[in-house]
Amino acid sequence: MGHRKFFKLGLTQKQSLIGWAFLSVAAALIIWMNFYPMARGFWFSLQSGVGAQMQFAGLFNYSRLMEDPQFRQTIGNTFLYLVIQVPVMIILALILATMLNDKSLKFRGFFRTAIFLPCAVGLVAYSLVFRQMFAVSGIVNTIAMGIGIMETPFNWFGNAWSARLIIILGLLWRWTGFNMIFYLAGLQNVDRALYEAARIDGANAFQQFWKITIPVLKPIILLTAIMSTNGTLQLFDESFNLTGGGPGITSRSMSHHIFTAAFQGIPQIGYASAMSFVILIFVATLAFIQIKIGDKR
Amino acid sequence: MYVFLSIAAALSLFPLVWTLISATNSNADILRGTMLPGTHLVQNFIRLTELTDIGRAFWNSTRNAVVATFISIVICSLAGYGFEIYHSKAKDRLMSILLLSMMIPFAAVMIPLFQLTANMNLLNTTIGFMLPTLSTAFLIMLFRQNTRSFPLEMIEAARIDGLNELSIFLRIYVPTMKSTYAAAITITFMATWNVFLWPRIIMISPDSITMPLLISNLMAGYVADFGVIMLAVTIATLPPILLFFFLQRYFAEGMTGTIK
Repeated sequence: MGHRKFFKLGLTQKQSLIGWAFLSVAAALIIWMNFYPMARGFWFSLQSGVGAQMQFAGLFNYSRLMEDPQFRQTIGNTFLYLVIQVPVMIILALILATMLNDKSLKFRGFFRTAIFLPCAVGLVAYSLVFRQMFAVSGIVNTIAMGIGIMETPFNWFGNAWSARLIIILGLLWRWTGFNMIFYLAGLQNVDRALYEAARIDGANAFQQFWKITIPVLKPIILLTAIMSTNGTLQLFDESFNLTGGGPGITSRSMSHHIFTAAFQGIPQIGYASAMSFVILIFVATLAFIQIKIGDKR
Repeated sequence: MYVFLSIAAALSLFPLVWTLISATNSNADILRGTMLPGTHLVQNFIRLTELTDIGRAFWNSTRNAVVATFISIVICSLAGYGFEIYHSKAKDRLMSILLLSMMIPFAAVMIPLFQLTANMNLLNTTIGFMLPTLSTAFLIMLFRQNTRSFPLEMIEAARIDGLNELSIFLRIYVPTMKSTYAAAITITFMATWNVFLWPRIIMISPDSITMPLLISNLMAGYVADFGVIMLAVTIATLPPILLFFFLQRYFAEGMTGTIK
């Protein structure tokens, strides 16, 4: 019966059904592995207790985290990385992409590959390399002392601000080339005549950059801004491996803090879930604001 | 301009070159700040195999990443194709809902996912490792956007020739979309090879250790030998970087289609 009914459907309806079949596995997996755990996580966040002893607690976890100095510290750290690293990286990547878009440039391929190469390295791997480079007896101190900038080796990870600075430097190193490739791809679509005309009208390089490159790349800049914001708010590998979150928790990221609360020592599932929802709210809010600003300009 | 680009290139390459050089040097030479390749590569490797089960970690990472990449590409390309070729209002709406999943931070789902995985007895397994990453809205979108440039006439012609819909996908679509597949394979392999937080949570037994976990443990274990650690980092970095160089040409093409 069902079989015959299937053949009675029109051709387009049949094809539409096949389309649903093709996408069903992927869609089901996303719902099962993203939306369902998110809903469950929200339910956990309304419960309190330790280990398996959980009971409904309403918004207790949320009021608790508002006054938690440790959590505040990790929010502060994460936002510090965000507001410094993302704009610096986008500007650097834009400048590099504009330079590399010049067809008359020599060694173009070499420069492009060299600057892009860091993003082929895993996050843990580069975190460890940076940790070694900035170790007390590491190469950075050795070089700095060799050329006479410093008298004695500096303990980069012994100070909150230098530890945070190294995370930011690491992020810049790892991601600038990645963003640059997006902008380069976007610039391929720009009509060269546009720059020609601007030059004839007497626009200098900076004006061309500001009046042509930026507006043309706006949608891609928006996309990369959202991706970087999202990525930096979820920062984990660098905090865990590069600085260990230290000294103390002064360079620890939000995700690192949640991981510690949920999986190290006595698991605080409810509280950790509430903290993870704060990240979710930040990500959603910032993406929304960025899209709104992007639309207006 | 050349000065600026040269500095940028030098800063980008320095940590990588330094890693390679350090992998061939003894700890003492590295501490002296040597910048030349040394002769300790073999000694470092022997020491590394004594300290860690790197063979197992390499095998686990390879198996996990290859299996996850393969299944992921099959599922997501089929979905991207389904969303675009048979598109309808309802499908477009579903796609925009699925895209929202890109806004869900991993931290917000990792605790329930851990419980889910534990309840299904999938801790320490490849299936448990790959389930959360098999289907991503990003990959579906990559295929969907690139399918836009796929000539519909080819599908019509194949239908007239009597091919069924699945055969059209397998025999006509897949071979034509090589560069998209190359980009997708590169991105997915790199992501699954390098993923750290999720295996850090579910790969509890030492037997299921992966390369990122191994190098992270090596550092945390206060192994004070820079050469050995840098060699381990090099080994952990090689497979994705080789794949990237191998598929680089297609990679740029495939990515460009996505942001159009």
